[in-house]
Amino acid sequence: MNRDKKLEFGVGVFVLLGLAALVYLTLKLGAGELVGSDTYPVEARFANTGGLSTGATVMLAGVTVGRVDAIRLDPEDYSAIVEMRIRSGLALPTDTMASIKTSGLIGDKFVALAPGADEELLGPSARITMTESALELESLISKMAFGSVKNEQNGDQESASTAPEP
Amino acid sequence: MTTPLQTGSEIGGQGGNFLLEVDDLRKSFGPHAVLRGVSLAVPRGRLFTVLGPSGAGKSVLLKCLANIEEPDDGQISFDGRRLDFRDQASRDSFRRRCSFLFQGNALFDSLTAFRNVALPLEQTTSLGRGEIRGRAMEALEQLELGDYADHYPGTLSGGMQKRLALARAIVTQPEMVFFDEPTAGLDPLRRNAVFAMIAKYQTLFGFTALIVTHDIVEALVASDTVALLHQGEICFCGTPDEFASSAHPVVQSFRDSPAALRSTLDGLRRGADAPEPS
Amino acid sequence: MDQVRGLGHFALFTGQSLSAVLATRRLWTRVARAIYEQGFRCLPVILIVGTFTGLVLGLQGYYVLNRFGSEALLGVLVSLSLVREMAPVLAALMLVGQAGSALAAELGIQRNSEQIAALDTMGISSCGYLVTPRLLAALFVFPAQTALFVAVGLWGGSLSGSLLLGVDPGVYWASVQRAVESEDVRECLLKAVTFGLLTISICAYQGFHAHRIRGATGARAVSAATTKAVVLSSIAVLAADYVITSFLI
Repeated sequence: MNRDKKLEFGVGVFVLLGLAALVYLTLKLGAGELVGSDTYPVEARFANTGGLSTGATVMLAGVTVGRVDAIRLDPEDYSAIVEMRIRSGLALPTDTMASIKTSGLIGDKFVALAPGADEELLGPSARITMTESALELESLISKMAFGSVKNEQNGDQESASTAPEP
Repeated sequence: MTTPLQTGSEIGGQGGNFLLEVDDLRKSFGPHAVLRGVSLAVPRGRLFTVLGPSGAGKSVLLKCLANIEEPDDGQISFDGRRLDFRDQASRDSFRRRCSFLFQGNALFDSLTAFRNVALPLEQTTSLGRGEIRGRAMEALEQLELGDYADHYPGTLSGGMQKRLALARAIVTQPEMVFFDEPTAGLDPLRRNAVFAMIAKYQTLFGFTALIVTHDIVEALVASDTVALLHQGEICFCGTPDEFASSAHPVVQSFRDSPAALRSTLDGLRRGADAPEPS
Repeated sequence: MDQVRGLGHFALFTGQSLSAVLATRRLWTRVARAIYEQGFRCLPVILIVGTFTGLVLGLQGYYVLNRFGSEALLGVLVSLSLVREMAPVLAALMLVGQAGSALAAELGIQRNSEQIAALDTMGISSCGYLVTPRLLAALFVFPAQTALFVAVGLWGGSLSGSLLLGVDPGVYWASVQRAVESEDVRECLLKAVTFGLLTISICAYQGFHAHRIRGATGARAVSAATTKAVVLSSIAVLAADYVITSFLI
């Protein structure tokens, strides 16, 4: 009977460990989408998504609040429509601004939200109207090279001042 | 022919006096014909022995009967009903009523003696745990293995393994038990003991036994009927007394093989002792 | 011609074993035994190989990323290579080496000593009794072992990346979190389940039919069947990996 007990113990240990690892894999690494399904959809129109991919994070004040669900092209005006799912319970004002940013110099693209001050809130499937397209490193460099950075990026004086004069 | 097979250990009388009838059974492996039309009739409740030299096709015959090998042609009837081994239900009901004792015992070495005996009950019946335990222990005790229930087969002696295999075969209360070379590789004393054991439990439980062996001396003493298989055919079938007095040439050569050996050896010795003829 | 017949026979064998789920009695005690064999007994090899795979991924990844000054992406590299490829494939290969070979040898010996024939003559489905529980166990064990492999691999990567080479652990674990999507996890688990069914059925098939090996009997047939089981399962794992990956990318 000792043999049976050893077997039962072994199976028990393995099942516990295995389940713990599976839960870790699906919930912790798999971004919790399997359980955290209480989200609501929001759309945003961008002139250029510049390498944003589905599954990218949506951040507000540096905190992940959602994910990019789909990116498609609007055939009427050739703009990109990004569909996002935002954690429900997070109410966003209608004048929220969405911009595509890059973590680090060549890191992942993500969508950053900056809430405005409007009293009205975005409902499900509403569209964010204020957007800022991806900042493309190549075009930025070429602009710096031709000295037009100051006009385009007038909010960013430091980078403009370091740009070499032609 | 359309009567449904009776299940369990109830012994019906549908097949008349014969429990197992084999008609014109044929089997070949490639170009090599092993069974060339074997016909047998095994009387109910008796001990039937098929004798034959090694390589005569005895094991293949038994495997066809137990449906481990599929025969090419011919038919097998069990209890008056023709068996169709392609039909799952017919096959299962046949297997429930028969047991097979392998030459090498085929005990499950990862299970204890008790679990070996309990396995057929656990897997093929819907009996409760207590009932299974009771029946398995009873079978073990009947074969004087009650004290070894927790031993693994590998730790038992050869004779005990044989008895354990028999306990596993009879625990399902079969109507028929097939024995494949039960005495292979045993010394004469053990051979006697095995035949005595088979005969004892055959009378005790009343099953029909079909034994395949080449041990002629023991078989003639213990069996009710003897058949001789030679080159894929049954060339003799009768009582041991008839076998002993038969004038059939194959029977004679098989029966008298010890005498023939003696005369050959005597001839050799005489040849060695005698001076070389010049 | 023979190959095609063999493939058909193998497919029928697997189908028969899977369909025996319903007909086999007291299946779950047998499944528990199979989980013990494939799971608990193989834990050490999975944990050790997983740790070393993570360690070496951390080391290699660090030196490659260091050239571009992107050590911060080490977590991405380690976690994605583990989840998508290394863990399912290496865990399956380790399980073939330990559990699959043991299964083939055990069934081969049982075939040799007529234990399988004995089951058949008792009216017990030999497939249902010997193979089905192993396949069912594989459905749980392979994903679980793969998940364990990922977990210890990530830990190994953090060990070499952060502890030895100085990537900030916070940066490492944050990039791990960010990199792995639920799609990657699904791919990982799909691979694990497929590899489990494939390898266990191949190993069981080879052992179960050890008597059909040509030109060898007895112990030699068992050894030939075991070798064949391990080689064919390993090939099947890598081939299936390529097919699944190409479908999902």
